[in-house]
Amino acid sequence: MELNANIPSGPIEKAWETHRFEMKLVSPANKRRYTIIVVGSGLAGASAAATLGELGYNVLCFTYHDSPRRAHSIAAQGGINAAKNYQNDGDSVYRLFYDTVKGGDFRSREANVHRLAEISLNIIDQCVAQGVPFAREYGGLLDNRSFGGAQVSRTFYARGQTGQQLLLGAYQALERQIAAGSVQMFTRSEMLDVVVVDGQARGIVTRDLVTGEVHSYAADAVVLGTGGYSNVFYLSTNAKACNVTAIWRAYKRGAAMANPCFTQIHPTCIPVAGDYQSKLTLMSESLRNDGRVWVPKAKDETRRARDIPEAERDYFLERKYPSFGNLAPRDIASRSAKEVCDEGRGVGDTGQGVYLDFADAIGRLGEDTIRERYGNLFEIYERITDENPYQVPMRIYPAPHYTMGGLWVDYNLMSTIPGLHVIGEANFSDHGANRLGASALMQGLADGYFVLPYTIGHYLATAKPGPVDTSHAAFGEVEQEIAHRTRRLLEIRGKRTVDSIHQELGRIMWNHCGMSRTAAGLSQALERIPALRDEFWQNVTVPGGNEQLNQSLEKAGRLADFLEFAELMCRDALDRSESCGGHFREEHQTSDGEALRDDEHYAHVSVWEYRGPEAAPVLHSEPLTFDHVALAQRSYK
Amino acid sequence: MNLTLHVWRQAGPSEAGRLVTYDAPDVSPEMSFLEMLDVVNERLIERGQEPIAFDHDCREGICGSCSLVINGVPHGPRRGTATCQLHMRTFSDGDHIWIEPFRARAFPIVRDLIVDRSAFDRIIQTGGFIGVSTGSAPDANAIPIPKAVADRSMDAAACIGCGACVAACPNASAMLFTAAKISHLGLLPQGRPERTKRALAMVQRMDLEHFGGCTNYGECHTACPKEIPLETIALLNRDYLKASLVSRD
Repeated sequence: MELNANIPSGPIEKAWETHRFEMKLVSPANKRRYTIIVVGSGLAGASAAATLGELGYNVLCFTYHDSPRRAHSIAAQGGINAAKNYQNDGDSVYRLFYDTVKGGDFRSREANVHRLAEISLNIIDQCVAQGVPFAREYGGLLDNRSFGGAQVSRTFYARGQTGQQLLLGAYQALERQIAAGSVQMFTRSEMLDVVVVDGQARGIVTRDLVTGEVHSYAADAVVLGTGGYSNVFYLSTNAKACNVTAIWRAYKRGAAMANPCFTQIHPTCIPVAGDYQSKLTLMSESLRNDGRVWVPKAKDETRRARDIPEAERDYFLERKYPSFGNLAPRDIASRSAKEVCDEGRGVGDTGQGVYLDFADAIGRLGEDTIRERYGNLFEIYERITDENPYQVPMRIYPAPHYTMGGLWVDYNLMSTIPGLHVIGEANFSDHGANRLGASALMQGLADGYFVLPYTIGHYLATAKPGPVDTSHAAFGEVEQEIAHRTRRLLEIRGKRTVDSIHQELGRIMWNHCGMSRTAAGLSQALERIPALRDEFWQNVTVPGGNEQLNQSLEKAGRLADFLEFAELMCRDALDRSESCGGHFREEHQTSDGEALRDDEHYAHVSVWEYRGPEAAPVLHSEPLTFDHVALAQRSYK
Repeated sequence: MNLTLHVWRQAGPSEAGRLVTYDAPDVSPEMSFLEMLDVVNERLIERGQEPIAFDHDCREGICGSCSLVINGVPHGPRRGTATCQLHMRTFSDGDHIWIEPFRARAFPIVRDLIVDRSAFDRIIQTGGFIGVSTGSAPDANAIPIPKAVADRSMDAAACIGCGACVAACPNASAMLFTAAKISHLGLLPQGRPERTKRALAMVQRMDLEHFGGCTNYGECHTACPKEIPLETIALLNRDYLKASLVSRD
């Protein structure tokens, strides 16, 4: 497998501009002759589908939801970064670029990140023009807040519902194109495979989730904007339906998978309450602007939070990281919370929690200001826990939240299958080993609005895909494979429910491939996962049939893919014998417990190639060079 | 606690539906309502029966997938709370709970508790947007917008498109949903140029989708998990009336 990242030569500040000029164009009259499939309708998918439709392409967009507005981007709370420097606090494109490379612990591509920082400016302009009601100051101009891993205020927000408002902007742009006839929307349609003809991605096969019918769609290029795979842990902050299926099936058709072990464990989530727990709820990182994180200094503390005097509290983030304090990056804040809980100083019934305390901020700013900033988050917390965070500190604990790994793409966002493009969280590109807060929305929209619409035109103009329709034998073969697999799932009729097996997989992954990892633990996981996969294929039970709406069948298909993917994730974590960002190998830490990178051996992207069901995947690597941000140990002290 | 559920089961749009009774033993008050249904479903699956189908996804009250009429009230008894954010501590041991789908002519039942709300998307398609294509935007701070205006716009924009307003309305009107979008966009200077066209087109689409008319019951606001203000309906009426007078189409 040849990996050519296609990074433009020349100075990084000019790279994207030069590249845009050098890319071939498709003339306006010819665009309508090209069909592009976009799978997923979140921030990346909806913005791409809408923009491609505006440009004049013939777009088919697919979602398994009943409406494109339901995609999980909608749940993003805190905000979106942009290097506008409206606060005059020293921000710039270069600083956002620098912070993101450093925040990613030097495991991302400099050229991609620089482009992202440049485009951040356009995104905010675009969203405001669409009517996104960002927070404003009394003078009528846009307000900003600060976020983890940055010392400037560059985060734009719409209360605690920034993802919702940005997604509605993209959704509305998409609906406008649907009305104009340039985008055809397919809802409750789940993509189950990519179809490759003569080495090019030429279509997809879907299952209609209402009727069970399998359909083929042909196109000149395929775009996946299908999100991340945090649900491999079963319990995560992702929505229940988020899954790895689209990118995993693409992987098995020849798209390489990059850095699958890079997952983000978010420090501020509501702790697990019981074994019936179906998902975890995030409390936006923006809360760390005003909340102080602490645990009791003594082990096995039994007093209520308010009864513990100041001197007997350990504000561990402020203590360990005086310059960033409670705004230390996510990976660092999560690991620190785990550390104090492992020491027996955790709070709550389970001991798996730390306090996030607003008493000081309420004293300083008043309850009204805090309500204005975080009212809806406090409400969510109160609904779930029945505790009032204006009066008692929140209890929080880290939870899987975002996955930096994903399908490998080049600078043009194209995977190793020509014509198959991957955008948003589904690709591996910009966040390295740790994503900074408020950067996911930025990347999803950068890819969808401003990168892919250019690069896909270049692909179409240069590759000139010939005519292919769904009567091609490749489509029929894939349809048959899917029908066969569905039949198999329905015929097992074993004893275990899909969820019970998914929970077991989640426990394996959380214990061995979660916040901290060891060679021994990963090796153990690599033995247990195939055994669990066998258990699934022999003993799962999926009631109902195919020709109906069957939610158990949907879940079973997704879990089958997670059970394969989990193994690759552990394999990647085992191979990367260093600590970086969210990937913390206990064998590799500094004397004070910080992640210890090994730049000599691991300053690369780990890229996995599928070689068939019986063969081990082959590891390739894309070397990373750092010409602008000097490789150094991250310090937030 | 131990509960008895009476759940609407319906195999498909054209099949007959009925209420089926299920026991829900050992329910923890800390469970969410949907987690309680998960547990009931796990038991059904273990017995080889088909689980109760219901829409849900984010379980954080923001995606708008979840629905359910619980004891006659869309999203259940707690004000300003979507079903997924409702917790079992709201109920008591021994309670009977009736669980039905959102009912409206414009929301045909797909299966069990799942309804088809695609009519909402079609309303948005007719004008629920600002017609600005990618790349043509001026600087974000070029138009100052008074904070109070931006806040009011945001109050309306918080709509999650769940359809509780329709399910609660005796006329099955989609007025609050439509008004929320018209207010969100129309209050902002960016949304002004298309204000006339938007009001006419969206209201017309609402009628074509067989939603009923608004007769100011206010049930929609009471059921709304995001408590979208009723004043949005006044804004819609004003826009619509004005548009009817000035439109040259």
